[in-house]
Amino acid sequence: MFYREAGDYKTSYAADSQTFPIKFDRYRYYFVLLFAFAAVPLLINDYWVNAIFLPFLIYSIAAIGLNILVGYCGQVSLGTGGFMAVGAYACYKLMTSFPEVNILFHVLLAGGVTACVGVLFGLPSLRIKGFYLAVATLAAQFFLVWLFNRVPWFYNYSASGQINAPERTIFGQAVTGAQTQAWATYLFCLVILAFCAVIARNLTRGSIGRKWMAIRDMDIAAEIIGVDPLKAKLSAFAVSSFFIGIAGALFFAVYLGAVEVGEAFSIQKSFLVLFMIIIGGLGSIFGSFAGAAFLVLLPVLLKNLLVGVLGWPTDLAAHFEFLIIGALIITFLIAEPHGLAQLWRVAKEKLRLWPFPH
Amino acid sequence: MKIKLATMALGAVMAAAPVMADLVFPSLSYRTGPYAAGGIPFADGYADYMTLLNARDGGIGGVMTKLLECETGYNTEKGVECYEATKGEGALVYQPLSTGITYQLIPKTMADGIPMHTMGYGRTSAANGDVFSHTFNYPANYWNGASLVVNHLLSLNGGDIKGKKIALVYHNSAYGKEPIRTLEELSAKHGFELSLIPVDHPGQEQKSQWLQIRRERPDYVTMWGWGVMNQVAIQEAANIRFPMENFIGVWWSGSENDVLPAGDAANGYKAVTFHNVGDDFPVFDDIQKYVVEAGNAAGAGDQIGTALYNRGLYAAMLAAEAAATAQKIHGTADINAAMMRDGMEALEITEERMVALGMPNFGPSFKVSCENHGGPGTGAVAQWDATAKTWSLISDFGDSDMSVIEPLVAADSAAYAAENKLPSACK
Repeated sequence: MFYREAGDYKTSYAADSQTFPIKFDRYRYYFVLLFAFAAVPLLINDYWVNAIFLPFLIYSIAAIGLNILVGYCGQVSLGTGGFMAVGAYACYKLMTSFPEVNILFHVLLAGGVTACVGVLFGLPSLRIKGFYLAVATLAAQFFLVWLFNRVPWFYNYSASGQINAPERTIFGQAVTGAQTQAWATYLFCLVILAFCAVIARNLTRGSIGRKWMAIRDMDIAAEIIGVDPLKAKLSAFAVSSFFIGIAGALFFAVYLGAVEVGEAFSIQKSFLVLFMIIIGGLGSIFGSFAGAAFLVLLPVLLKNLLVGVLGWPTDLAAHFEFLIIGALIITFLIAEPHGLAQLWRVAKEKLRLWPFPH
Repeated sequence: MKIKLATMALGAVMAAAPVMADLVFPSLSYRTGPYAAGGIPFADGYADYMTLLNARDGGIGGVMTKLLECETGYNTEKGVECYEATKGEGALVYQPLSTGITYQLIPKTMADGIPMHTMGYGRTSAANGDVFSHTFNYPANYWNGASLVVNHLLSLNGGDIKGKKIALVYHNSAYGKEPIRTLEELSAKHGFELSLIPVDHPGQEQKSQWLQIRRERPDYVTMWGWGVMNQVAIQEAANIRFPMENFIGVWWSGSENDVLPAGDAANGYKAVTFHNVGDDFPVFDDIQKYVVEAGNAAGAGDQIGTALYNRGLYAAMLAAEAAATAQKIHGTADINAAMMRDGMEALEITEERMVALGMPNFGPSFKVSCENHGGPGTGAVAQWDATAKTWSLISDFGDSDMSVIEPLVAADSAAYAAENKLPSACK
């Protein structure tokens, strides 16, 4: 009733194959965009941005990137933390070497550098598959973290090995450094996220995306029908690493401002992003957002509920956070193994028929 | 800037109105995770001293103190969340007890005008108050610690350690890397050979590092470890029968939690410290009377008198003294973060004051100034007695080699000032 395609006439192929063919969906999408761009920046303060929105936006970019590789192309990767580190250190080196260039280009270039590194570490995927590939990418994770710890050139020979983001501006507004305003950093990340999501969505429903999915579903069959596995797999690694590199650059420059590689980009990060896409839904852009929201927002929400509202001791609350989130993850995966995105799809099906059961 | 000021003012009005009656001390603690063994006693000491002030003295200058505890898990992302969550509540001074979080908060606290006290950790060059206007690391920092270790070795060897081999076992992070530059300078000055042995977070696996030590046979091993890494290192040192009296940790590697797991094998292990050890001070009677017996002890209440509890207590005492100084300077009991910063900068700790506080000879006498946020940098060496299960000082509080440290502080802080285009804070 609320959600139907009946009466929604299309008169051109373009209209029929647009991202949101159903009118209700499309308006909802416009509304979300309008709300995110126009309303949120007026409402938020430092806490909302630094504790909630920035991590959510940045992890969403990383999750979209990993989802392309794992969800769409079927190449399991545990190197996300390492690739984020590449993005962060590339961004740092660019920021300090070319201070006159706009930070936006540095972030995109950092993504480009990460794409090259990703292709390099994607080469083994042509020979190995599944768990074995996961182990090969795990090697990338450990190697990259070790590299950034070991070679002082990457952190400009600072005594502690920390990298610090100097202040950089866009249109006169600081987006990195200490003197930033909540709305400026938020909008900066939101613009990049929107850009990444639109690109990812259109790549995955175009011919490249279909090749990735063919490789994912059965690589031999894909090769027989004319998909070049070399190009398909390496392009998936490149695009995925590009997004993950951007996420790493923003994570360092805009969100934290100072990182050390072993702490910020450890194997934990790889698992966190992988869990995001598994919980959110493999092979779904919406799932990347949902998974990032689930794993970023829920701990903050629980902390504020348990400590702020119920007044529990902080250590007890921290332990219970793990318990509750763990239990929720198991519940979700039992109830819907295909993730939050599938729940959303089912809900849409139900809404379409509502209030009639058949 | 205008919008920011407006939002800050609005936020201050909204957040500060109900808590105006209290002096808010946020405690970014970690009672969970691999570093909890160090985080719990420090947080307990910090909390208990604030409770003691409220119960015994009615707060500071007649205003009650309020502790806002927030769990960081030694994780920088959670640290940011904690900082943002507490800064609107009238927070007076931050003590993150994590070098990683400190690095993040240095620019943020400077922008928000809230002081931060990183006692014995954090960014060493923050001792230069001319550059780091809102960061304080009195009474001692890592580079003092490194120098104190070397001074102790000098005194053991009659002033000559030329040709000796010293290995540094360090947590492979900003924290562990901090002393390297000083130790390199000192190695050039005194002619000892330095070898660097990193241990990756969290440090539960150190077989290969200690194998390397067994092969290289250094004369002395010094350690910059934290959390579970310490106990593993001491156990491994015992396993390769490295003589414990030649193994010297920094103050973060010198708590009961680090030596107890190794049992008798840890006997003779040493650590430098910038404050006294044990619970033989009058202040502990007050804590027993006003805090423990009133049932208000923080945490499980089983940490009182341990090395890190004492450090938390000492940190809280310095914060409270700075708040009292700020009240005196500004003539108001209701101080804000900016006044607190002035109080920290004008802080003077004398032995008479320490006696009055029930902490005679607990820490050094010193005076903070605008240029010097680092204090005197004095320290002593404590040694572990495994049968009595106590730490005891085996040296007096001695000076560190400022002729080496001061140029390093000046160079590092000048680089930071240039990178961030910071003006001189002291004019």
